[in-house]
Order: sequence, then structure tokens, then C-alpha cells
Amino acid sequence: MTERVAVRMSSVVKRFGPVVANAGADLEVAVGEIHALVGENGAGKSTLMRLLAGLYPPDGGRVEVGTSGTLRDVTGWSTREAIDAGVGMVHQHFMLVPTLTVAENLVLGRELRRGWSLDRAGAEREVRSLSDRTGLRVEPSRLVSHLSVGEAQRVEILRTLYRGAKVLILDEPTAVLSPPEVRELWKVLRRLRDDGGTVILITHKLDEVIEISEAITVMRAGRTVGRMKTAEATPRSIARMMVGRDVVLALDGRTDREPEGGSTGQRAVRAPGAAFPVPHDTALEVSSLTVASARKPNEVDSLSFSVARGEIFGIAGVEGNGQTELIEAITGLRAVRSGTVRVADSSGTLQDVTNRDVRSRADSGLSHIPEDRHRRGLVLDYSIADNLILGLQHRFTSGGGSLDRSRIGANAASRIATFDIRPPDASLPSRALSGGNQQKIVIAREMGREFVVLIAAQPTRGVDVGAIEFIHAQLRRARDEGKAILLVSADLVEILALSDRVAVMYGGRIVVTLPSAEATAETLGPYMTGAHGTAA
Amino acid sequence: MPYLFAAAGGIVSERAGIIALTLEGFMLTGAFCAVLGSFYSGSPWVGIIAGMGGGLLAALLHALATIRYRADQVVVGIAMNLLAVGVTRFFLRLAFDSSSNSPRVPGFGGAEVASGGVLATVANPLVWLGILTMAAVGWLLFRTPFGLRVRAAGEKPEAALSVGVPVLRVRWAAVALSGICASLAGVYLALDQHQFTDGMTAGRGFIALAAVIFGKWDPKRVTIACLLFAAAETMQIRLQALQLVPSQFVEMIPYVLTIVALAGVVGRAVQPAALGKAVD
Amino acid sequence: MTGAPLDTTAADRRQRLRERIEESILPPLVALAIAAVVGDLLIITFGQAPGEVYRQLLEGTWGNAYGFGQVIYKATTLTFTGLAVALGIRAGLFNIGAESQLAAGGFAAAVIGLVLPGGTPGFLATILCVLAASVGGGVVGSVPGVLRARFGASEVIVTIMLNFIVLALLNYVVATHLAVAETLHTPEIAAGRLARLADLSPMFAGSAANLTVLLALLTAAIVWWYLFRTRAGYELRVVGLQPDAAEYGGVRVGNVWGKAMIVSGALAGLGGVNYVLGYKHYYEEGFGAGSGFLGIAVALVGRNHPVGIVIAALLFATLSQGGLAVNALVPKQMVDVLTAIVIIAVATAVPEVRRALGTLRRRRDPGIGRAPVGGGQGEPDVGNSVARSQFPVAGSQQ
Repeated sequence: MTERVAVRMSSVVKRFGPVVANAGADLEVAVGEIHALVGENGAGKSTLMRLLAGLYPPDGGRVEVGTSGTLRDVTGWSTREAIDAGVGMVHQHFMLVPTLTVAENLVLGRELRRGWSLDRAGAEREVRSLSDRTGLRVEPSRLVSHLSVGEAQRVEILRTLYRGAKVLILDEPTAVLSPPEVRELWKVLRRLRDDGGTVILITHKLDEVIEISEAITVMRAGRTVGRMKTAEATPRSIARMMVGRDVVLALDGRTDREPEGGSTGQRAVRAPGAAFPVPHDTALEVSSLTVASARKPNEVDSLSFSVARGEIFGIAGVEGNGQTELIEAITGLRAVRSGTVRVADSSGTLQDVTNRDVRSRADSGLSHIPEDRHRRGLVLDYSIADNLILGLQHRFTSGGGSLDRSRIGANAASRIATFDIRPPDASLPSRALSGGNQQKIVIAREMGREFVVLIAAQPTRGVDVGAIEFIHAQLRRARDEGKAILLVSADLVEILALSDRVAVMYGGRIVVTLPSAEATAETLGPYMTGAHGTAA
Repeated sequence: MPYLFAAAGGIVSERAGIIALTLEGFMLTGAFCAVLGSFYSGSPWVGIIAGMGGGLLAALLHALATIRYRADQVVVGIAMNLLAVGVTRFFLRLAFDSSSNSPRVPGFGGAEVASGGVLATVANPLVWLGILTMAAVGWLLFRTPFGLRVRAAGEKPEAALSVGVPVLRVRWAAVALSGICASLAGVYLALDQHQFTDGMTAGRGFIALAAVIFGKWDPKRVTIACLLFAAAETMQIRLQALQLVPSQFVEMIPYVLTIVALAGVVGRAVQPAALGKAVD
Repeated sequence: MTGAPLDTTAADRRQRLRERIEESILPPLVALAIAAVVGDLLIITFGQAPGEVYRQLLEGTWGNAYGFGQVIYKATTLTFTGLAVALGIRAGLFNIGAESQLAAGGFAAAVIGLVLPGGTPGFLATILCVLAASVGGGVVGSVPGVLRARFGASEVIVTIMLNFIVLALLNYVVATHLAVAETLHTPEIAAGRLARLADLSPMFAGSAANLTVLLALLTAAIVWWYLFRTRAGYELRVVGLQPDAAEYGGVRVGNVWGKAMIVSGALAGLGGVNYVLGYKHYYEEGFGAGSGFLGIAVALVGRNHPVGIVIAALLFATLSQGGLAVNALVPKQMVDVLTAIVIIAVATAVPEVRRALGTLRRRRDPGIGRAPVGGGQGEPDVGNSVARSQFPVAGSQQ
């Protein structure tokens, strides 16, 4: 049975300056297939798909598309042509205009007219009819800025369908969804497939790949390294191809540690007694914290928790539930409406820092690895050395207000060595480093100073595997040295792998706190969507 | 009245994401070209066309620098204003051999109907055009596909690009439009006074921009702002004549009002999100 | 996309330095070339020969003692205003109000000069007057600074408005109270004068150049040290480059903005010393003659770096003086036009040159591991500052 080919990409090459994103990548997708494109961060999957969607032309290779019946060469086409031919892409970062309504966003670029003016009613009708057909429900007259992330994604998909997409490309669609929403998405995709559409799913989550796809293409370092039918694949085999060696998956990593007696087979448990903090060990205490944001007054809603010395407390949750505001409030980047934050000083007594500014909190032992290193964590145009003193510059000042260059240089040299930052030239602008090394600068700085509490927000986002292992090891070592670590991450796997206790944040509240033994995707999933009532 | 024209242009430009600092320069260019046109043809109507042409040219230059070459919009904006001053002076000397003003030309309203007041205003076709322009801008932005694209381009150009909207072309169009509108403001001034004087715009372009911000980029509100500022200006002229308050203080009123407006209002006003940012 | 790790050697470092210099110098050069072309066109329109005009221009400026002195004089003021604007830009702010800050500074210096009794020791008097100038400018600069820090009001608009307001105010004060009859200037000051260079050496025969030029150079050096060698400068530059990172680093962004505008205003105010203390010895309305706006051009062409600014100031001063020298052949307004063209050209050239250089370098040596993230030369994105100013950064109200 020869299947019709929907998309074929051969030996595609794409360069961005000196970086080769795609170095001879191949892809073949059959019509009516749900195809998974798998690879690590930086493997070139997004680039390949963007080439297909017409965002930019390839530097080499061929792209063929068969949506109109026969395969034709479309190498280097534009977005408009791609859309006209039925290839639509839903990006990781939504491409919706927040101040316009759903209907307006939908028809943007292909507006319905009535004479010279815009046909509003017609647009809304379109949205409704498409909603009914596909099961993606969204109210057309709502402003996009008021939508939840899941709803916004639905609009994105509707948008491509409105333009008659027969090949739908989804870039990491589940990154912002909770487990039940993911299942909803699968239903929609299957429905599309049954209707004759083709789906290409970019992801690095292997369990999803197994669940939803029928065929898999694996990419590594810009090329295609493997193709297989999902039925014949296992997470291990996929992972091996992704990384090129037998990889210790995060979850496996925990079982490989000495399992304490009576382990439940899957998860190792830390020595009992250290699982729940004893009050006088508390290093960070947040009580009834309420923080406002531009969106709502209770972005963080009367939230309380504490973190003890020598533990990693992980907060899981889909992004947008107040985590960012919580961290900003704890570190002093945002004012609180009510509640307190207390941090232990070197003698162990808890100090109220609720009204102190960023610097005094940092000086009293609060370190912060920000979730957005390009905005907050680093000054891209500054050298590595200068970045290593960000937040500490007042400690490197000599008399007369001038900076002590020699001490700054010495500091840089030692940090670069300890944390293996490459390339090891302190005068390089941090812009020139890879994501992993940039993050290492931030970590070297935040963990290289004296601290009692470390707030790590999305510490391995956009970082390659080697650096991820390094960072995780650093976090564990700090924990073993008695530091208190608050880990906030949208990556559930990371949370589960590192934390001693796991909490879920939803709607600005902590809805459950579990010891690591009981924390799994299944137990936490319902809390992440608010399916359970709010508990604390 | 000139405020209405210029502010209308300002709204379009800023909504599309290009900062409208050049309103002053466009005005001046429009004024000068109008006088040129009126002078050489004897008809004020030709002057209007000429003024619009001048404004369009200036706007295209601005668009070239900021959109095609992605130069910093504030810097180019200021430079365009300086350029307008320099060019108009230069050609003033070239064409009329004077450093400060041109000879009188046929125009509309103003001094000719000295006692006219309201009557003169109503008879002036440019007045009607002004009101029409602002209304047209409102309709354009919110009721046409083009307006939708303009708003998208100013809020989140990436989104528009991802569906194939030619954001760059949209911005070019917006800037061109703003040039035409703003130059009409200058045309009005020049034809009203029947001559061109060096620096006759006297900062009105900036006040128009302030009106745009004050009115939160919404045509209805901006119109109110324009009326407000125009009232202040008129009051200034009256008070000056009455000699009650030193003229300099009265002169300052529109500017002070603007600062107050900025300080008080801006916290609430949300500008087009992509304003001032270049697009790849 | 992960970039390949580099093996850095001293050669690499030298190459990087060379690249940085290329990036800084090329845009102004390109801009000058463009301006020269436009200038040629304009000259021809007037029926003159470009070569002849340029020759006369150079002769009228660097070619003779008076001209040279005038160039020095004008460049002095421009250095101050250029530094003022550049400092603002480094902090992410756009100070268009240099014109009024300059006037305020000059005025303050004149007032102190009038008020001080004639017997005050010259040295002391001069210092007091200079201080007054910086305070005058600083006060004017503080207004947009505070408004931006507290209310997020765009300093671009505020400074423009303030220009009108301050100038009108000064006009009022001088016209009604202080002016010498029939003129628009104050009486000559008794104390605090600065000697003209012409008095010191025949090299500057009769020109307005005076000792203030030394002050200008000293100030440029101080600003350089401040920006690149002190903690305050480090923090200021971070605020200009990435305010979020500054905030994260414990810097109070609003405070930095306020301080930066005050210092910027003070720098511009010092420019008034040139005229009031060193040249005419009184405050006259309109003495600035556009130096405030030209300061923007100077900062831009000088790439916001004190060394570049001094050079750029000399350049623009030459143009300005040269315009006068060739006035018989071509209207001096041509110079105004050229100046504007230069500004536009530089603003345009900066991103273009960066891109072109990037492509050139990559073709030369594909092994260069430079991350593709949009080219940074440490240029604070001021366009963005306008965008941001009207939507206050979260948490900046601390």
C-alpha cells in the first residue's frame, strides 16, 4: 500500500550566520498521518518546520509538498504561498495580536469584506462554524488578551484551518498545557486526521510521541538520524537516537541511585525524616502572600509555604498561574499587596524581608536564577566578567566609586574555571556564548556567592543536555550542602527528578504539596488544571 | 484645525508602529510647498496639492530610513524636523531670495476676511477637509481591512507576518498617509496666513503628537484633545492682547498642559505595543 | 542553536577589538560620504563648483587663525551638549532639551557673575559661576528625569515641551528685569570671566575661543571615567542596555534615570560657560543658536563615547563655521541641511553597516563563532526607550 506523500524535505540546509541549524535534514510525511518530529533543543526541528511553513528560504536542499494531489517542488516559498497551499503552522510562542478579538485575529490577512469595510459579523460566523466542525470552542468576540493559554492555542489552530490548512504543523504545543488539556488536543488532532488532514508534531516529550504519533523522525545536530514507526519504538530507543548514546532519562536517574529500603519500584525515596521540614530548619517562609499583576489583583492569592535547609522544594504548574509574580515578590522585583516573606540569615533566624529592596535581600543570602536570562539574568552586551558581578557590583567597588578591575578579573577567572564556562575568555560579550554557557554564567554568579536560599526559575530552559546534567548536579550539591532551594519549573520531569517535596501552583494558589515519593504526573496532573478543589 | 490634520496623521503612523515625531517637519514642508504651488500657479487649490506632495515626499524619506534601513525612529524623527527647517530655509532663499518669509500668495480665509470669524471659518474648505480627515482616519482604522492590518502591525508585527501580512508595506503606507495628513496642517496654516514664514509651525507638530498621546490613539479622544489645545492657543492670543499676563507665560500654556497631560495620563494610556520597534 | 566553543587566543582578542573599532567608525564615515554627495548636489543647484566650495570651506576654518579659533569655540559648546545627550542615551534616555538646559546654565552663570561683588578673587568667582551653570542646567534636566521615573512620561516629549517653556521663561525674566536697554542681554558680568585664547596667543587671532575649551576636555575625560570605570557608570549603562537586568541586579532604575537626567542637564548647562564667561561676558537671548540640537548629532556621530564626541564636535563646528565662510557662494542654510542629512545618514548607517560587516566577516572566515542573536555593539536601544517609557516597567516604582 503506497501512501501518498504529503511532505517531503530532502537534504535541507539552513544557516543563520555561522550557525548551521539544518545540515542535510530529511523528512517524509504521508497524507493522513500524525508524524512526530523529535529532537533535543537545538536539533533543528523548529527551523526545519519554519522552512516548510515559508518563514524563510533554505540555503540548500529541496522541499516538496503534495497537498494538491501531486507532489510539487516548493523550495523557498513564502508564508503566503504556503498558507495558500494548505500548510499552516502553530508556533510555540503564539502569534496572536492581544488587543484584537478572536475573530479579528482569525481573518487577519484574509479579511472578509463588505464593500470597502470589514465584515465583522461574517468573521464571527466563520469562527463559530469552524468551532463546531472541529470541536475547538472559542467565543469569537473576546479579546485575545483575555483568553487562557489553552484557548489561545485553539485560536491559533482555528486560524490555520480557516485558511484551509491540510498540513498542520504544531511546534511544542503541549509546553503550555496541563495533562487534561493535552488529552483534549489529542482528540482534536485525531479528528483532523480522520478528516483527511496531516499533522506534524514537533516535540521533545517522548511519552507524548508514543501516545499520539504514528511515525517518528528523529533529528540531531541539524540532521535526520532516524525514522521509525511509532509502533516499533520505545522511549529508550528514541532517546538513544536523539542523543547518540544510551541516555539516562531523568526519571531513570532516580531509580539508579541507591534505592532505600521499601522503594515503590519507580521512585527512590530520600532518607525518611528529612522529607518534611522541621520548623527551626526553615530558611524561606512565605505567608499569606498576595501579589497583584497587570492582569488581576490576585495573581498570587494568599499563598503560603516554606522551604527548609537542605531541601529542594519544587513548584510545578503550567506557566501563567502566578509563578513569575511569586518569584518576583520573593526576590523584591515586585511589591506585595499583603503577606510576608521571611528569609533566614546566617544565624538561622528568620528575617522579614517583605519590604526590603532587591539588593538588601540579595545581600542577606537570597540568590536568584531568573527564568529569563536574556532579559534579566545577563546583560548581553557586557563581558562575562562584568556579568559575573551583576548584582554584586557594590562589593567590587574601591574608594572613590571606581570599580576594582583586578578583583573583578580574579573573580571572573575563578568562576570560569569552577563552572567550566566556555569559551573561557572573560572579556567576551556574553552574547557570544551558547545558551547553556550563558546559563552557566548566571549560575556561577548566583551559586558562587554566599547564599542561604536559592530561587531557581526554569534553570534549564533552552539549555543543551550536557549543561542540563551539570546544572542539575550543581543544584543537588547545593542541597546536600544544606542550602534551601526553591525550584520553579514548567518542566514536570525536571521537578520530579530534583525535588524532595513537590507543590502544584494553580490560579495563584498552592493546591497540593506532596513528598517526592507520591509525586507523579498522574497524581499531579489533576491539580495542575484545577480539577481538584483548592486545597493548600 | 492644523492640530486635527496633524494628529490624524499621527494616529495612523503610531498605530502602525512608527513614532510620529516628524509631524512638525511634515507640517513645515507642507506649508512651504503649498506656498510654492500657490505662488507659481496663482491658485490656492494647486497649493493644496503641492503641499500634499511635499509632505508625501518627506514622509517617504522618513519611511525609507526607518522602515527599510531600520534606523532609530526618534533620531531620524528629530533629524527630519531639522531637515525640514533647513530645506525650507534653503529653498526659501533660492526661490524667493529671502531669509524669513515668502511673498503673499492666494489662500483661504484668515486675514482677508478680517472680521469674518465664524463665517470665514465655515467658508474655508480646508476646515471641512480637516474634520473629514479625522473622521476618515477613524473609519479607516476600525472598519477596514487595511486598518486592521495597521493595528496588528503596531501591536504585534510577528503575528501579522505569520499570516502573510506585508507588515513593511503596511507601515510604508501608514507613514505616507501621515505625511499627507500632517502636511495638510501646514497647508492650512500657510494658506490661512497667505504666506510662508520661517518656522511658522512653532511647535504645533509636537503639540499634535501630544494630543495623540493624550487621546490614547483613539480618534474621538484625540479630537477632543486637539480642541482643548487649540482653545489654549486661542486663549493665549486673547490674553496677550489684553496685557493682563506677561505674554511669555501665556505662550507657555499649551506646553505646560501637555506635560501635565503626560504626567497624569500616561500611566493609564497603553500605546501600540510595537511602537518604535523595527521589524525584520 | 548552540554555537561552537571558541578557542580564544590573543589573536582572537585583537581581531575582536578591530571589529569593534570598525563597527564604531564606519557608520560616521559612510554618513559623511553620503552627506558630501548631497552637498555636491546642492552646491551645483546654486551654480557653484563643489570643489571650490569645499576648498573655501576648509580655508575659512582650519586654514586661518580666526577660523580655527571659531571652530574651537563652537566645538567647545558642542562637546558639552554632545556629552549631555550621550550620557542620557547611555542611560536609555533621550535628552532633547539640551537647548534649554544650555540656556539655563548660561543664564545662571551670568546671574551669579552679576551678583558677586567685583572684588571676589577671580579663581573663586569663576568656580562659582561654573557651578551655577551646571546647577542651572541640572535643575532643568531634573524635570523630565523625575517625570520619567515617577510617571513614566516620555522624556522625549517632556524635554521638547520644556524647551519652549524654559526659553519663554528666560525671555520673560531677561526682557522685563535684567536687560540692558534696547538689547536682549544682561549687563556684563563683573566677576568670573574667563580669558580668551586670543588674549593668550596670536594663534587664535580675534576669535571667540577661550579657556572653556580646557574645561570641555576635562569634562570629557571625567565623563569617560565615570561611564567606564565607576560603579555608578556600570549601573547607568546597564539601565540603558537592559533595564530588567538592572532591576534584577539591585539597581533602582528610577533613581538612575533621575540622576542621569540631572547630570545630563548639568553637562549641557556647562556649555553656557563658553559664551557667558568666556566670550561676551553677558547672557544673551538665543546664544545657544541650536547647539542643543546639534548636540544630538554630535552624540550620534560620536557614538556616545567621549572621544568620538570631541571629534564629532570639531566636525560639526567646522561645518557650521564653514557655512559662514562660504556664505557668499552658497547659502549657509545648506549647512543646516547637510547636518540633518548627516544625522539621518548616521542613524541609518549604524544598523546597515553592522549587518554588512557581519556578512563580510562571515564570508571571509566561516569559522567565526558569533551567535546570530541580533548584533550588539553596546548600543542602548533608545527607540525602545520611548516605547517603554509610556508603559512603565513593572516594579520601577520602588
